[in-house]
Amino acid sequence: MSKFDALQGSLDVLVLKILSRRPKSHGYAIMSAIKEFSGEILSAEEGSLYPALHRMEEAGWVRSQWIKKDSGRRARIYELTAAGKKQLAQEESRWQTVTSAVNRVLRTV
Amino acid sequence: MSLWSRIANVFHADRLHREIDEELQSHIDEAIEQGRDPAEARRAFGSLLRQREETRDMRLVAWLDSLRADAIFGWRRLRKSKVTSAAAILSLALAIGACTAAFRLIDALLLRPLRIAHPERLYALSRHGVGLDGKPSSYDSWAGPVVHLMRAAANDQAELIEVSYWERSDLTYGSDEEMEKGYLQYVSGWMFGSFGLRPALGRLMTGDDDKSGARPVAVLSYDYWSRRFARDPKVIGRTLHQGSNLYEIIGVGPESFTGTETGTMVDVFFPAMMHPSANRKDSTPFRTLVLVNPGVPVEPLRQKLAAISRAFEEERAKGFTDMPKAKIASYLNEAISIDRAAAGSSNLQKDYMQPLMALGTLVALVLLIACANVANLMTAQATARAREMALRVSIGAGRWRLVQLVLVESAWIAILAAAIGAAFAWWAAPFVVRMINPPDNPARLALPADWRILAFASALTLGVTFLFGLVPALRASSVKPASALKGGEDPHSRRRLMHALIAAQVAFCFLVLFVAGLFVATFERLSHRPIGFSADRLLLLDTVTAHAQQPAYWNEVADRLRAVPGVETVALAGWPLLSGYQSNNFLSLNGGPPIEPLAFFLNVSPGWLETMKIPLIDGRDFRADDVDPGAVIVNETFVKTFFNGENAIGKSFYRTYPRRIPSTIVGVVRDSRYNGMRERTKPVAYLPFRRNDAKGDLQPTRSATIIVRTAGANPLTLASLLRREVPRIRSEFRVSNLHTQQELIDAQTVRERLLAMLALFFAAVALLLAGIGLYGVLNYSVVQRRREIGIRLAIGAPASGIARLVTVDVFSMVLAGALIGVAIGMASVRTVETLFYQVKATDAGMLLLPALSLFAAAVLASLPAVLQAVRIDPVNTLRSE
Repeated sequence: MSKFDALQGSLDVLVLKILSRRPKSHGYAIMSAIKEFSGEILSAEEGSLYPALHRMEEAGWVRSQWIKKDSGRRARIYELTAAGKKQLAQEESRWQTVTSAVNRVLRTV
Repeated sequence: MSLWSRIANVFHADRLHREIDEELQSHIDEAIEQGRDPAEARRAFGSLLRQREETRDMRLVAWLDSLRADAIFGWRRLRKSKVTSAAAILSLALAIGACTAAFRLIDALLLRPLRIAHPERLYALSRHGVGLDGKPSSYDSWAGPVVHLMRAAANDQAELIEVSYWERSDLTYGSDEEMEKGYLQYVSGWMFGSFGLRPALGRLMTGDDDKSGARPVAVLSYDYWSRRFARDPKVIGRTLHQGSNLYEIIGVGPESFTGTETGTMVDVFFPAMMHPSANRKDSTPFRTLVLVNPGVPVEPLRQKLAAISRAFEEERAKGFTDMPKAKIASYLNEAISIDRAAAGSSNLQKDYMQPLMALGTLVALVLLIACANVANLMTAQATARAREMALRVSIGAGRWRLVQLVLVESAWIAILAAAIGAAFAWWAAPFVVRMINPPDNPARLALPADWRILAFASALTLGVTFLFGLVPALRASSVKPASALKGGEDPHSRRRLMHALIAAQVAFCFLVLFVAGLFVATFERLSHRPIGFSADRLLLLDTVTAHAQQPAYWNEVADRLRAVPGVETVALAGWPLLSGYQSNNFLSLNGGPPIEPLAFFLNVSPGWLETMKIPLIDGRDFRADDVDPGAVIVNETFVKTFFNGENAIGKSFYRTYPRRIPSTIVGVVRDSRYNGMRERTKPVAYLPFRRNDAKGDLQPTRSATIIVRTAGANPLTLASLLRREVPRIRSEFRVSNLHTQQELIDAQTVRERLLAMLALFFAAVALLLAGIGLYGVLNYSVVQRRREIGIRLAIGAPASGIARLVTVDVFSMVLAGALIGVAIGMASVRTVETLFYQVKATDAGMLLLPALSLFAAAVLASLPAVLQAVRIDPVNTLRSE
């Protein structure tokens, strides 16, 4: 699991944020949204998205359900839970603190 | 919540996999739908399998999942080799079950604290010195007055509690017609309060109920209240007669408290002051329990109590004018000790501590033998699995994963064995308790199966798993893939391990056989010891009367019973031989000082000798007019001891306690056992049943035994008839207890029979297990060495040479094991020496028998393997390799 560690922080906050904007998205939609909102700069590695989603579901931040799409195929869609919203707020503020701290360092040195 | 769902997911792994696969697939489909190149989309996504694994690990507890997989795999392996698995599991089950049963008994009798407020602060007083018979003796009985003195002295440091030995006695709630038996105990009134007990009904006794002059009260035990009164609350206020006393029932004790006599459940508690000899200085009916206050050091307390006891006895010894001086000195020099009694204090504990420990050790050895068997089995299997293990290592299994794999298999065996063993223990422990049943007095031991037993069994199972599983597991995991896959691993290292295990097995087996042999020989010798009288067809009627009756009335009852059809002869005696009762006294010859050793006494009626079939060798039997003091009949040992074996007819002697009483010898009879099968033959004097008191008046009697020899082979067929007949002859007379003489004799050897039977059973199991183990190892080594044997046969080795080749290693191991067994046996058997009777560990026979049985078992076990080796067809073998 150690290979996720570097990415985990940012991936979690990105996924949670996307789900708060666009609830009931499936995995592919979340991935596309990350790409879209970041102006094609960020791209979640497809390989790490699903373990992260399942981990967050086990943690109770998101919940999933299966829906039937128009094409007849089933898809698993995710949405935030109350705990997930709280978590998002925390992650966001932590992210802000860290980035502003990093920025400050970059400016002064 | 999360952990729980992750654990749950372990057991729904299939559904989890399906869902993950579907989700991942839908992702790729979506990508393709969005117009991405299918190949590119798949490549970008990476390995599906890895994705699935990683996602899956998020959803469940990974180690649990691997454990589950191993458990399933292990189960399949067990089922694949059903016979070997069943053999391993059953042998282990027997051993685990026996160990658990032994622990259950030891725990219930010796370890489990009484369910009172502070069992850890409870102690018992006992004294250790030299008995009147000159042998070291310890006893824990005290006279009421000295306990009261000690209690006053201990005052703020401890509470002293008198508890009488339990007695099984006649009591009645209505008329005398409805006499019934109950277990009674006289206890200090303050015992209930000191133990922090609360009544289930009514109130419990207090100190005030135990003051002389208080109205006699009784407290029922919960168990008795349930059995006898079906928990009727109206029992409070009812009265009960016992002896000549009337008691009022004031309450019922708590369910958890069955008395302090572990092994007996008391029915009715009476106040100590009501004991017939509660205030006598020369009678010691009470144990003394000491409930030490918190923080009080025990040793100074012991010294204080010992000083009071000594002062009391010194004062009392001033009255012993007619007793050997040395006896008085040694009597006063008794050491007093104070020991923990958290588990209560009873004779059953004293009698069965050593036997239970010995049996516990035997079953532990059997368990070790069974473990060695299974370990050998698994080691042999590990060879067959070397390739499988090598393959697992090659595709990346970690060493610990392999250890886990093999240990999980071991755990399967152990857990299944423990489950069967638990069922066995469930049945076996009460079975053993039922065996401890002298007539009318079965041991009543509470045998709860609670967390203590569960914890023991679980720890045992875990320990056993590691014991037989760890070494094979470590060996299996240390496999070197390259050499194993080539098929050329060093087989000797495995065989060395198996041989060491065989040696250990044989050593343990020898030990079990050896000890079992000693126990069996003890029982044989004890039960075949001549008793000096004929117990055939003897029925004993312990008879009591409401008020003491003149001997003439007793004779009338005996006479009338003689007329009952089926009765051959009838006689009266103070008590039956071998009943455990005794009466002794120091004698004086020619008016001299009291002399040693003690002489023993029994009052008997005319015709008693004939009824018992004790041969008269000189003089005459008692006549109807003989009375004590006066005529006496003595046995040969008595003549040898006090009259140098000379003609003793007409000689006389005095009993010295409580005053000098003369007797003149009118007859000499052959020796017989007096009150124990183990005892050395005692000098016994039989006194007339009729006796005069100090004033010279005939003394009435309240209890005696009517001894009936019946014509029919089974004396018990007359039992109920005679029981009814006695009160019909004289209404004051009542048969309170009825058994055969044979039952009393059997009761003398209950412990020895139990030990012999169980030890023999475990010896058979040990021998069987060791034989199976030996067979397994030999078989394995023949299979291993097929090629070598084939070559040897091909170049002309004779069959005898092959047989030697196959067996020589194993037989040297058997020899080594047996020698180790002898050494351990010799060294350890001394600890249980007191359980033996006329057998010595150094007897050649005692060593030869187990050695021969072991050797025979070894030969038998090696036969199939040798035959198999000799029949190997060189051509086939060499071609197939």
